[in-house]
Amino acid sequence: MPAPSDRVYSESHEWHKLDGDTLTLGLTQFAVDALTDVTYVQMKPVGTKFKSGDIVGEVESVKTTSDIYCFASGEVIEVNAALADDPGLLNSDPYGKGWLIKVKVSDKSGLSSCMPADKYNAAHPT
Amino acid sequence: MLKTPLYTYHVQAGGKMVDFAGWQMPMMYTGIHEEHHQVRTSGGIFDVSHMGRVKVTGKHARKFLERLCTRKISDMEAGQCRYSLVCNERGGVRDDVIVYRMDDDEFLIVVNASNREKLLGHFEEVRAAGDLTVKFDDQTMSTAMVALQGPKVIPDLVAKLSAEVAALKRYRFLVKNLVIMKAIVSRTGYTGEDGVEVILPSMAVSMALGYVEKEAGDKSLLKPAGLGARDTLRMEAGMPLYGHELGEEINALSCGVDFAIALDKDQGEYGERFIGMEALKRTVAEGGPKRKLVGLAIEGKRTARQGNVIKRGGAAVGEVTSACLSPTLGHGIAMGFVDTSLTEVGTELTVDTGRGELAGKVVKLPFYKPRKG
Repeated sequence: MPAPSDRVYSESHEWHKLDGDTLTLGLTQFAVDALTDVTYVQMKPVGTKFKSGDIVGEVESVKTTSDIYCFASGEVIEVNAALADDPGLLNSDPYGKGWLIKVKVSDKSGLSSCMPADKYNAAHPT
Repeated sequence: MLKTPLYTYHVQAGGKMVDFAGWQMPMMYTGIHEEHHQVRTSGGIFDVSHMGRVKVTGKHARKFLERLCTRKISDMEAGQCRYSLVCNERGGVRDDVIVYRMDDDEFLIVVNASNREKLLGHFEEVRAAGDLTVKFDDQTMSTAMVALQGPKVIPDLVAKLSAEVAALKRYRFLVKNLVIMKAIVSRTGYTGEDGVEVILPSMAVSMALGYVEKEAGDKSLLKPAGLGARDTLRMEAGMPLYGHELGEEINALSCGVDFAIALDKDQGEYGERFIGMEALKRTVAEGGPKRKLVGLAIEGKRTARQGNVIKRGGAAVGEVTSACLSPTLGHGIAMGFVDTSLTEVGTELTVDTGRGELAGKVVKLPFYKPRKG
């Protein structure tokens, strides 16, 4: 599935979807395809404050363990609880039910380092 | 990059192709865990054509294999296959292999893809050193090999196709002379499940697989499974893999496959010393290997990785060689080498992943054993 155009993409394959001052973070189809089956997700807990470019969690798969970055500054306000029971949601629906965290954004300037969907899709076809 | 005769089959089945030991192989088709469960509950098709298949013939074929293999070969009957190690002079492991006895002076040896060229060179050295009359015919490219594995494979598929094959005992094989080809069918595998492995001409494999899939009827009975599932299945079954639990610098007596090492095989009729035997006898004389392979049940769903340090009370006592989240058991499992004093079942150890410590406990291998019948 190609990356949808309603969000922006980092070089490290996170998608960032901004809605007012709330940002939803997830991983791209390209990234989850490379990871293979996701087996465990550990995101920073609600209340964690972080700066753009910080590690906000980690995702384990059959093949590897990867750090997850967010390219806006803010505070974690929700972690996707469904992933605790079914981390495979990342593989089956990375742009929907497989979202990772929601963030209350304090500074969105870091998002300027991200790519629009067309550029990401051109670089990372799925 | 080499392609197996089933390359097109994999691509058409949606296989995600990766480089494995110089071969384009399917890592997975729909999902590693899905394919794993398919094999544990019904049946899976694995293309294992990348593994090396070398015919060994000649009046010294038996003697050659006795020198090569850690396990006794001469007492094998035609139609029998046997798991063995091939060691170096230091008692380290060059490879693990399956030897098929076709006839008195005719054998087939199946080796790991990553070791095929190395072993072919080694075979030549052993032949020359002993001035043996033995011929090697590498049939890897001219043949294909397919494994059908899972609890329904024998009763719901093989039994319909051939009562003779369904009646095979474990580690026995038949040579089926079909109208246009010869196929070797053995009751072997690398998943812990019952099933068969079939060696047949490259040109015939696509047609044969199509026929088997048609005979299976119900599409859910048998589905293709990739290297990802093959790895998690063999881990649950506690089976060692070269490059992980087996290697040139790993003492053969530490890998949990003592059943395949006959230190007395120079005795009796057809007795021969195998390469590495003296070194392994010294290991025994010195009280055994310092470290041994154990299985660790990990608490929780996190995955240890090869190379992670195994600890006891904060001190390093070993290293992880393979690990995964066990799809069948639902918790982490790991294999690794630890100090021999800590190999007792129930011993509590931790694994340092570099991201935190996982609690684990030594358990008996295999982690998972399918119920019989």
